[in-house]
Amino acid sequence: MEKLSFRHATPGPLPGRKSQAITGVVASGNLEILLERVLEPTVCTVEIETPIRGYGDVWEAVIADFVARARPGGLRITINDGGARPDTVSLRLLQGARLMEV
Amino acid sequence: MNEWRRERAAREARIEAGRAQVEGKAEGKVVPADRVVALLEAILRPGDRVCLEGDNQKQADCLARGLVQCDPARVHDLHMVQSGVVLPEHLDVFETGIARRLDYSYSGPQGARIARMLYGGQIELGAVHTYLELFARYFVDLTPNVALIAGVSADRDGNLYTGPNTEDTPTVVEATAFKNGVVVAQVNEIVDRVPRVDIPGDRIDFVVEADKPFYVEPLFTRDPAAMTETQILIAMMAIKGIYAEYGVRRLNHGIGFGTAAIELLLPTYGERLGLKGEIATHWALNPHPTLIPAIESGWVRQVHCFGSEVGMDRYIRERPDIFFTGADGSLRSNRAFCQTAGLYACDMFIGATLQIDLAGHSSTVTQSRVAGFGGAPNMGSDPHGRRHPSDTWMKAGREAGGVGDPSLMRGRKLVVQLVETFGDGLVPTFVERLDAMELARKIGLELAPVMIYGDDVTHIVTEEGIANLLLCRDADEREQAIRGVAGYTEIGRGRDRAKVEELRGRGIIRRPEDLGIEPLDADRSLLAARSIKDLVHWSGGLYEPPAKFRNW
Repeated sequence: MEKLSFRHATPGPLPGRKSQAITGVVASGNLEILLERVLEPTVCTVEIETPIRGYGDVWEAVIADFVARARPGGLRITINDGGARPDTVSLRLLQGARLMEV
Repeated sequence: MNEWRRERAAREARIEAGRAQVEGKAEGKVVPADRVVALLEAILRPGDRVCLEGDNQKQADCLARGLVQCDPARVHDLHMVQSGVVLPEHLDVFETGIARRLDYSYSGPQGARIARMLYGGQIELGAVHTYLELFARYFVDLTPNVALIAGVSADRDGNLYTGPNTEDTPTVVEATAFKNGVVVAQVNEIVDRVPRVDIPGDRIDFVVEADKPFYVEPLFTRDPAAMTETQILIAMMAIKGIYAEYGVRRLNHGIGFGTAAIELLLPTYGERLGLKGEIATHWALNPHPTLIPAIESGWVRQVHCFGSEVGMDRYIRERPDIFFTGADGSLRSNRAFCQTAGLYACDMFIGATLQIDLAGHSSTVTQSRVAGFGGAPNMGSDPHGRRHPSDTWMKAGREAGGVGDPSLMRGRKLVVQLVETFGDGLVPTFVERLDAMELARKIGLELAPVMIYGDDVTHIVTEEGIANLLLCRDADEREQAIRGVAGYTEIGRGRDRAKVEELRGRGIIRRPEDLGIEPLDADRSLLAARSIKDLVHWSGGLYEPPAKFRNW
């Protein structure tokens, strides 16, 4: 099990008022994401637990792109990974952010 | 003997030798299954060109087992000219020396073993062809001396009913029977009268009643239950960014999950976009079970088929307005005609591949698997002989630009690669260098087995977006457009970010958000059918899936 942690500055809060959302499942090739609106609006943190070691730089790139695309200010995001591919992670993160906006 | 009839005399000698072996045991042209080896040893000559019918789906398996059992001292050095290398027996003959040289098209199920045998030098490879190309060579320089084919039933005169999987049979028989060759057909049963005559009896020399029905590979069944949200997202982008954009009505789909997802999104997502009747109406396609919901919802006008698909026979019989059927009611497929249809009468080919390089060349060859091409290089190429316009074709032609008088501009076929950036086991789809080039170097091929050349590809669709290669004006733009949809592969991460954003600004790269696609919609609930059982329901119980797809 590898633990990764990223912290990004964001221009402002993610729109919407929802305080918490959970999406996905912990299954092989999939992942579960918990999103909580608990931080200052200019910060987003992402904590990852993954069974597959050695992909830190890919996670870093996926998270950085997600933050640039979704601007998820104020969110603490926790990922319980089941060995998902980067594209699945990326799609699930965007879906999670949309759930917080509605 | 007349100088001009040597081949004819040789043919008569072979048939006489064959008849002698079954003397007293044959009834008309019908030979009992236990005489197959003796028959084959009598009619075959060393070095013969032989088509052992191995189609995409239908296999002359009884005759294949017979050929393997022939004495290599009598039958050897054959030159196999068949489209599909599918059964273990198709390669066993090369291990015993019965066969030496191979010209073929497709080797999906035997991809790993054929790769080992090519590396090991056990097979002398002519070329890996597209179907239409191999069929063409049957009439020019690869005409079979002997064809060993498969049908459902025959009468005692040899009139043959191929059933829904006619596939390659008419082409193989045409080339063999009319050029002094010998044709042996295996059938599941001998009948007094065949349901319809697919091959007239005077083209068949011997009929073998097989010990068991011929094997058909269910190649075109994709279980909706296995479809992922990533595949659904890609399918949504293709429908909105390509089908709708170009108004694609006449098309061919590959066999991957991505195109199956498109089929299942037509009655849901396509309906929501108001595209019914505007796209995907006329098809060159095997009868994909995943097309059933679109057919039942009135999206599809007609479908011509290369072959059939296991379990679809009853459904097809009940939908003669959609499919090509015989007087007996069953499907009439024909690979050569359908490939021609896909080449000249379709405005788009869309399918998957295993590797794409920075110029857009693609291949399904990897270091350990040689799957062959099948029809893809034919479907997935811009036919320069085309002379009829369509809105889709002309729009693509305009985007491709070019120099000279605009009134002499011609259209372009849309050739779309639909891929996920990573394949099974996190293997990247995008690569610096195709494995096909390494294979060509190792086994000394003059031509690397490239499935679709980059200059034929018009679009690449991945979960990250659509790259429109028609709009790229130089090699650098093309490379960055490809990198720009290559996701988190090494190729994708090696992009020039500023250039990719510039290409996005010009519409050469389009992201889901640029197309107005909501990521939350990429959900399995958008599929018209979410299981094989749903497909059975859509068909009104007419679709009868094979056992391996049943879990209820």
